[in-house]
Amino acid sequence: MGIEEQLGYNILTTSLEKLVDWGRKNSLWPATFGLACCAIEMIVTAANRFDIARFGMEAFRASPRQADLMIVAGTVTKKMMPAIQRIYDQMTEPKWVIAMGACACSGGIFDSYAVVQGIDLYLPVDVYIPGCPPRPEGLLYGILKLHEKILKDPFLTQQYRDKLAARREAA
Amino acid sequence: MQKAAELLKKQFASEVVEVMDYRGDTTVVVKPGRIRDICTALRDDPEVSFKYLSMIAALDYAPQSPRFALAYNLYSHKNHDRLTLKTYLESDTSPAIDSVVPVWSTADWHEREAYDLMGIKFKGHPNLQRILLPLDWKGHPLRKEVPQRGDQAALEWVDRKIRPERIK
Repeated sequence: MGIEEQLGYNILTTSLEKLVDWGRKNSLWPATFGLACCAIEMIVTAANRFDIARFGMEAFRASPRQADLMIVAGTVTKKMMPAIQRIYDQMTEPKWVIAMGACACSGGIFDSYAVVQGIDLYLPVDVYIPGCPPRPEGLLYGILKLHEKILKDPFLTQQYRDKLAARREAA
Repeated sequence: MQKAAELLKKQFASEVVEVMDYRGDTTVVVKPGRIRDICTALRDDPEVSFKYLSMIAALDYAPQSPRFALAYNLYSHKNHDRLTLKTYLESDTSPAIDSVVPVWSTADWHEREAYDLMGIKFKGHPNLQRILLPLDWKGHPLRKEVPQRGDQAALEWVDRKIRPERIK
């Protein structure tokens, strides 16, 4: 089959898209954004018992400029929302968002004047992780789902570019 | 804490409205006019010695009148005793009372919280501004007439900040 026959079994060929997606998937750097009790579960996920380093994600960055995944862990108050938006804007593309826990997904039990009723009102959420709070296994499962999503990311297609342009315009 | 009730009845006979005892806890209902004098007396009396203000709670009894009340929870380290001082505010539309920051400096933040969430004005407070909600918030959300999810201004607050194009 073409070039592979000439190369023998020493070299693998693939598409650029697959290679880049594989690289992105295996080195997601999350931004720490613990807001409430979910943050404790996120910290535990990073610690040795559950060990998020198994997925190449142990580098939790305190600076959004070095991160490409935002794990919104906890209750988002309205007062906090402009800060979250700002941090999200500071992250470089490509970037993903995980809504961790019932509060970040939907406001949770806080049906109140002060709490954002789900961050998907303002941010494009990729994975929702329900639970109050979700256990570390839940967070890891959500992250693995995100990995699957990243692997399927067709970033070279025109459709993808259009989507990105639309999202930038909306932001 | 019957001693404190006796003290108030003796020194502020015209101010004390009612003394209630419930399972060992004493509540003294007083008129709001001389609250600072009453608090100073409770703090400085060597015997009752209420040197610590645990908290100030603002209450909304709507649709009753008087509508707003304040409860001061005092603590005496010396006697290991508690006292609740309660007062009903005169105005139902613009409730106001003297600040007790000169008596207990911890009252600063407690009174700011009561102002922030319930809209009670504290006369003589050194820095009466919002403490929990954003400074440009409209209204006082713990008042009974405010719906649970907040009024229109509360619903639009985030949009006004980061998505102004969404507001019609």
